[in-house]
Amino acid sequence: MLQFILRRLGVSAIVLLLASVLVYFLTTISGDPLAGMREQANDPKVAAQMQARIVALDLDTPWFLRYLKWLGGAVGCVWGQCNLGTDVNGNAVLDQLGSAAASTLRLVLLSVVIACIVGILVGVLTAIRQYSDFDYIITFAAFVLFSLPVFWVAVLLKEYAAINYNNWIANPSFSPAQIVLTAIILGLIVMLFMGGSWKRRLLSFGIVAVVVGVAMPYFTWLRFWQYPQMGPAVIAVVILAVGAFALQTTVGFKERRVWLPALISAVLVMVVYYASWNLLSEPNWWILLGGLVLAIAVPWALGVWLGGRFRPQAVGAAMSVTLTGAFLTIVDHLFVTWPGFMALKPRPISTIGSNTPNFKGTFWESFLDNGTQLLLPTIVLAVVSIASYSRYTRAAMIDVQGQDYMRTARSKGLPERTVILRHAFRNALISIVTIVAMDFAAVIGGAVITEQVFGWKGMGELFQTGLKNVDPAPVMAFVLVTGGVAVLFNLLSDVIYALIDPRIRV
Amino acid sequence: MTPKHADDTGSHERNLMNTPETPEAQLASVAAVEDAKLAASQDSLSQGRLVFRRFIRHKPAMISAAVLLVLIVVSMTSIGIFGIKGWWPHDFKTTSVATNGGVPSAEHWFGQEDIGRDYFALVMSGTQVSLIVAFLVGISGTVLGTVLGAVAGYYRGWIDAIIMRIADIFFVIPLLLIAAIVAKTASGAIASPWFLGIMLGVVSWAGLARLVRAQVLTLREREYVEAARAMGASSWRIILKHLIPNCIGTVLVNATLATASAVLLETSLSFLGFGVKAPDSSLGLLISQYQNSFTTRPWLFWWPGLIILIIALSVNFIGDGLRDAFDPRQSGRVKKRNLAAAALMGIRPIAVPTATERTEEAVGNRPPSGTGGIEPAVGPVGAAEEDRKDEEGKR
Repeated sequence: MLQFILRRLGVSAIVLLLASVLVYFLTTISGDPLAGMREQANDPKVAAQMQARIVALDLDTPWFLRYLKWLGGAVGCVWGQCNLGTDVNGNAVLDQLGSAAASTLRLVLLSVVIACIVGILVGVLTAIRQYSDFDYIITFAAFVLFSLPVFWVAVLLKEYAAINYNNWIANPSFSPAQIVLTAIILGLIVMLFMGGSWKRRLLSFGIVAVVVGVAMPYFTWLRFWQYPQMGPAVIAVVILAVGAFALQTTVGFKERRVWLPALISAVLVMVVYYASWNLLSEPNWWILLGGLVLAIAVPWALGVWLGGRFRPQAVGAAMSVTLTGAFLTIVDHLFVTWPGFMALKPRPISTIGSNTPNFKGTFWESFLDNGTQLLLPTIVLAVVSIASYSRYTRAAMIDVQGQDYMRTARSKGLPERTVILRHAFRNALISIVTIVAMDFAAVIGGAVITEQVFGWKGMGELFQTGLKNVDPAPVMAFVLVTGGVAVLFNLLSDVIYALIDPRIRV
Repeated sequence: MTPKHADDTGSHERNLMNTPETPEAQLASVAAVEDAKLAASQDSLSQGRLVFRRFIRHKPAMISAAVLLVLIVVSMTSIGIFGIKGWWPHDFKTTSVATNGGVPSAEHWFGQEDIGRDYFALVMSGTQVSLIVAFLVGISGTVLGTVLGAVAGYYRGWIDAIIMRIADIFFVIPLLLIAAIVAKTASGAIASPWFLGIMLGVVSWAGLARLVRAQVLTLREREYVEAARAMGASSWRIILKHLIPNCIGTVLVNATLATASAVLLETSLSFLGFGVKAPDSSLGLLISQYQNSFTTRPWLFWWPGLIILIIALSVNFIGDGLRDAFDPRQSGRVKKRNLAAAALMGIRPIAVPTATERTEEAVGNRPPSGTGGIEPAVGPVGAAEEDRKDEEGKR
């Protein structure tokens, strides 16, 4: 395995090197960096500026020597002496890259994660309900979504979602028409997804519509939108439901070796919820990271200890309980912070920048600030990927479902959930992993456009100004980061292959 | 489409052609049913005709093709092209005073923009440019990808290694980035949408080349290639006459999908300011110019976006129809009518189990029927599997 990884890394390094040569060369010939000044070259002031730029960009040296110089600096990054050159104005690119890469990668990673979860879920559901109305509607929606120009959707969301929400949150209330319409639409969605006989469909439609129709005015009456609250009881109910769902989709409720660790995890979550309240009111990133490690390690240990033959299922069920619990605990803290945050920032979703300039608040308030700024760009990026992931997942699942081992699995009487999850989904995952890894570079490309629309100072900005000024250093920094991440993701997908598919032992 | 599927389809067809006398075989996929009908009526149709028939029966694809055709015709005839004058009275360059704030009217269908230019004429000229670029990208990228992929797969060895490493470069660099750089270089050299389209095609061949290469790797071991070689055909002849025509399904489907993504790529680049430059106009450029007038004059923003959506959507649907036509096993559409026709002909289709039936199946009340869709005929698929194993053995 190690040898395989090293070989892959070696090949990737060569490909990256070739890519960097190509991009450097193309950038240098993409235009004339002095174009704006040539016309007034007689003006001594402009002539001095021209001279300064020639020095800054080192234009008197041929491009390949400049490239080698840049490469020497970039290779230094391996042992911590990074030098990615300077841009047109003589500023070091490395200083700009840090914050730019952080904000862009945050955006890209978050939307890829969301797109994976939602896209794969939708894909599996459409594959199970193949040829149903649900399937047709999702198929059509997916076609529309990946035919949409990203920049257009971004502007639309900015104009409608953000501005309308900000107006609405100032005085939140729903008109009766809005309530009825939302109830009907949500009811229809659930009805289509549930499928089955007409009686069952109508029943699910009725239940959802009534619940939504009652909940919306009720929450408004509670002033939930301004003063959101959840409390431990809701958390307890939700994590139990998640645990039950995990059991239902894996081994059922009868297996003590699986439900016991899940139940213990649920109790532990509630204990930690109370115990950590003060600590988490003013946390830092290390505390949160520690919490995440605990939320993974403890259920794993429980599953290993109690799971016996059902170890993977026990770990899975327990971990879904703790991770949901951790997520809800954070959400609860955010809920508590929300009114204070609203006082600081009365129009919460702003459409420019990755954070509000001069925003000062507690940890959670800044977290909310970053989060609300991140919301729309993430949605834009995720939506397109969701469409393609769901299609690929569906195709992969349907492909797998035609295999003989699926028939064998069904004919030996395995429950449907086992057939779908362990025989179909696991095999379909192999092709899904490839797609996600290969799609990553495309998502970064989409991020460039999204950042431009939302006015982020991210890598897209770095790349665009660099290219407009015919300035290779920032462009190369972009290539370095995205190329590195692409290589990393491909490597990761190879490792995941080996984990998913026992046939691949490299 | 993986090579495996293509194999399956191929042998599917062959099997049907060879054994029309045993219709009891479990022919169940829609395509198989239709093909069997054709075989029964003693019309021998070529594979190309079969594919074409399946394609023109694909409703979404046909509707999309009609929509796209209308859009092309309107955009070309309204303001004219190549200096020929069209039927639309306004010119997209003439400025005037915007009447009534430029609100759309009978005189100006899409309204007028800031300096009074007719917006319908502007959008139509943008549509022309975007379509030209997209089709050029589709064509040049497809030709390059097919030829390079076929050459890599046919010769293997170091030629393959070099071509595929170059293809890898385009997987490491985001397409948008390399396309932006190339587009900026291109528009600096020759500011013409035609040149831009070809240059963008040059950077978007890698995906197709991989697919074609994979397919050629299996095709080159077939007997007919061996026969051609034995008869002294040159390598180029084998590639052009035997290998590429057999990949045509993959190539056509991908050409369509590449054209759809090229529409989005070009508009994105123009939006960022690296693609089509004024005085030419493009749909992306229009959106970027007028995104700030969204609150005051939303139509300036809506029309170009909607037209991009229409073009991309209809090309995508055509691609989907082509894929279903070439690879009916992946087809997502089963019509009750077809099932009925199959039943009339004495062919036993396997029913599509509903969700409840599936649960029953799981409990064991019924014999499991597998795919949840229509099952592929057992014989041909088995044959295809064997074919594939054979080839793998040879390699």
